[in-house]
Amino acid sequence: MKLKHISSLFGAAAIAAGMLMGSAASAEDKIGFIYVGPVGDHGWTYRHDVGRQAVQKEFGDKVKTTFVESVKEGPDSERVIRQMAADGHKLIFTTSFGFMNPTLKVAKQFPDVKFEHATGYKRADNVSTYSSRFYEGRYVVGKIAGKMTKSNVIGYVGSFPIPEVVRGINAMTLAARSVNPNVTVKVAWVSTWYDPGKEGDAAKALIDQGADVILQHTDSPAPLQVAESRGVWAVGQASDMSKFAPKAQLTAIVDNWDGYYVARTKAVLDGTWKSEDTWGGLKSGMVELAPYNSAIPADVVALAEETRKGIEDGSIVPFAGPFNKQDGSVGAAAGEALDDGVLLGMNWYVEGVEGQLPK
Amino acid sequence: MSGFEWIVPVVLTVITAATPLVFAGIGELITEKSGVLNLGVEGMMLVGAVSGFIAATVTGNYFLAVGAAALAGAIMAFLFGVLTLSLMANQVATGLALTLFGVGLSALMGQEFVGEPVQALAKLDIAGLSDIPFIGPIVFGQDALVYLSFFMVIVVSWFLYKTKGGLILRAVGDSHDAAHSIGYPVIAIRYMAVMFGGAMSGIGGAYLSLAYTPMWAENMTAGRGWIALALIVFATWKPGLVLVGAYMFGGITILQLHAQAAGLNVPSQVLSMLPYLATVLVLVLISKDQSRIRKHAPACIGKIFHPAA
Repeated sequence: MKLKHISSLFGAAAIAAGMLMGSAASAEDKIGFIYVGPVGDHGWTYRHDVGRQAVQKEFGDKVKTTFVESVKEGPDSERVIRQMAADGHKLIFTTSFGFMNPTLKVAKQFPDVKFEHATGYKRADNVSTYSSRFYEGRYVVGKIAGKMTKSNVIGYVGSFPIPEVVRGINAMTLAARSVNPNVTVKVAWVSTWYDPGKEGDAAKALIDQGADVILQHTDSPAPLQVAESRGVWAVGQASDMSKFAPKAQLTAIVDNWDGYYVARTKAVLDGTWKSEDTWGGLKSGMVELAPYNSAIPADVVALAEETRKGIEDGSIVPFAGPFNKQDGSVGAAAGEALDDGVLLGMNWYVEGVEGQLPK
Repeated sequence: MSGFEWIVPVVLTVITAATPLVFAGIGELITEKSGVLNLGVEGMMLVGAVSGFIAATVTGNYFLAVGAAALAGAIMAFLFGVLTLSLMANQVATGLALTLFGVGLSALMGQEFVGEPVQALAKLDIAGLSDIPFIGPIVFGQDALVYLSFFMVIVVSWFLYKTKGGLILRAVGDSHDAAHSIGYPVIAIRYMAVMFGGAMSGIGGAYLSLAYTPMWAENMTAGRGWIALALIVFATWKPGLVLVGAYMFGGITILQLHAQAAGLNVPSQVLSMLPYLATVLVLVLISKDQSRIRKHAPACIGKIFHPAA
C-alpha cells in the first residue's frame, strides 16, 4: 500500500518534470483561448474555436494554441486565466463579456503577457478589446425580412435587453421598414442566452401572434427548428444553422474571428502588438452572411447584396437618419447618423417595434 | 369562436413545455416517497436526453430511443443507489455530484452528435379525431410520450395509494426502521424506487431531445431538473398535484412569452420569476400548516438507513 503511494508520487513527479522540460525545450509560442461555452455549442464558442484553428493553421508549428472550454464567468475564470498566463502563454483571448474584470486583474499581474478580451470596454497597456458590428449583418437581414414577410409581422427572440441586443433589433427594424413601411416587430425576451426549449417556445408564441419571419439573438438553433416545422422564415445566429432548418433559414449572421485572431497573433510574434479597441463589421470580414436561401427571389437577393456592399464601402449607414424612436421623438435627424457612443449605450426602441423595452 | 383561436396553439405549446417536468417530477416523487432524496434529476435528464438522441439517430427507432433514455437514466440512478444506499454516502452531496457528473458525461457522449438534427417524434392522430376543431389537436393529436406522461401519473397514483406495493414503499419512506423490523427489504425497495426515478428522468430528458427541440445540445435541460425537484415540494408529494404544478409552470412560462409578443407591458423578468415565486409561496404556506407536511411528506427523506442500528 505504502509502496503504491510512493510510486504514484514518483509518477506525478516524472510527469511534472516532463511538462517542465517540454515547455523549456519547445521554441513555439503558446496562444491561449478561454471559452464560456463548450466548443460544440454550434454557435458563439464554436466560432471562436474555428478562429483558434485558423491561427494554428496559419502559423503551423511556430505557435501552439490551447483552449479551456465551458469556463464560468466570475471568480472561476480568474483562476483559469491566471493559470494560462503563469503557464507561459504569450497571448490570451478571453471570449466572453463576463471575463472582463478577471482578465484585467490577471493582466496587471502579468505585464508581459498580452490579453484580448471580446465584447468588453475596459482596456490596459496589455489588454485589447474586440467585438463585431453584428448589427450591420442584421441590417442586411432586415431588408430581406421586410421583403419576405406577408403578414408584415416580424418576430424577434431576445436574450437580455442590453444595448448589444437592442441595437440588433433596431437595425433590423429600420431596414425592414425601409423596404416595407407596414412592418411591425414583436419581441419576446427569454432572459437567457441559451435554453433551447424556452427559445423555441418564444418562437412559437411569436408565430402564433402572426409573425412569419423569426430572428433571434440567442444561441441555440431551436427557433429555426420551430420556424421550419411551422413553415415560416427564420435567420440563423452566429453560425450557419441551415442544417436545422433547410427550408426556413433565409440566411445566417455568421461570426468570423479568423482574420482578427491571425492578425493579432502575428502582431505578437512580430513584436508590434499594441493595446487597441477593434469593432469590426462586414467590411473587416468579422461579420459574414451565410448563403442565401434559394427560395429568396432574385431581386431581394440583389437588394441584400447591394445593402451589404453599401455598408462595406460606407455608402449605407444603418443608423442614419431620419428615423424616429418608438415614442415618436427623433432618433436621428436627416443627414445625421448615430455615433458609436450612442450605439454602445442604446436603450430605446425605434419606431415599429411593439411593446415596451424591459428596463 | 373568434378571439379564442389563439387558445389552441397556446395549449399545445404548454403541453410540450410541461411534459418533461411531469416525467421527471413523477419519477422523483417515487424516489422521495421511498425516503431517498436524489438531487441528480438534472444530470439524469441530460444523460437520458443524449442517450435517447443517440439511439434515435443510430437506429431511427423511437421506441428504442425512449427505452435507451430510460435505461440510461436508471443506470445513473443505480450509481446513485450504490453510493447512497449501499455505501451510505450523503444523499444531498451525492445527488449534486450526480448532476455535475451527468452534465459532463452527456457532453462527452454527445460530442459527435452536436449540430445533427433528428426527425421530431411523430404526433399521433388518434382515430382520425385530431381534425376536430379546438379539442381535436389538443386531446387526440399529441405525440405518444405526452399520453405516456398522463398514464404514468395515473399509474403512480394508483400504485401509491391503491396497492400493497405502494403501501410498503410509503412505509419504507416514513419509517425505514419499522419497515425493516417487520421484514421488508428496505435497501432493495429503495434501489427500485431510485431507479424508477432515474428511468422517468431519462424519458423526461429524451422528450427534450426528441420532441420538444429535436436536437442534442450540451446542457439542453437548462435547469428543468431543478424545477422538477421544486415541483414535488410544491405538490406536497401528491402525484396529481405534480401534474397540476408542471402544467402551471409550463403555462406561466408560455403565457408570459405570449404576453410579450402581444405587446403587453408586463416586465418579462417578473413573469419569468412567477413559477419560482409560486413555489416559495407554497413552501411558506406548507410550513405554516405542519399537518399537511406530516400527512404526505416521507418522514425518512434523506436519512441514511443503517440496518444494524
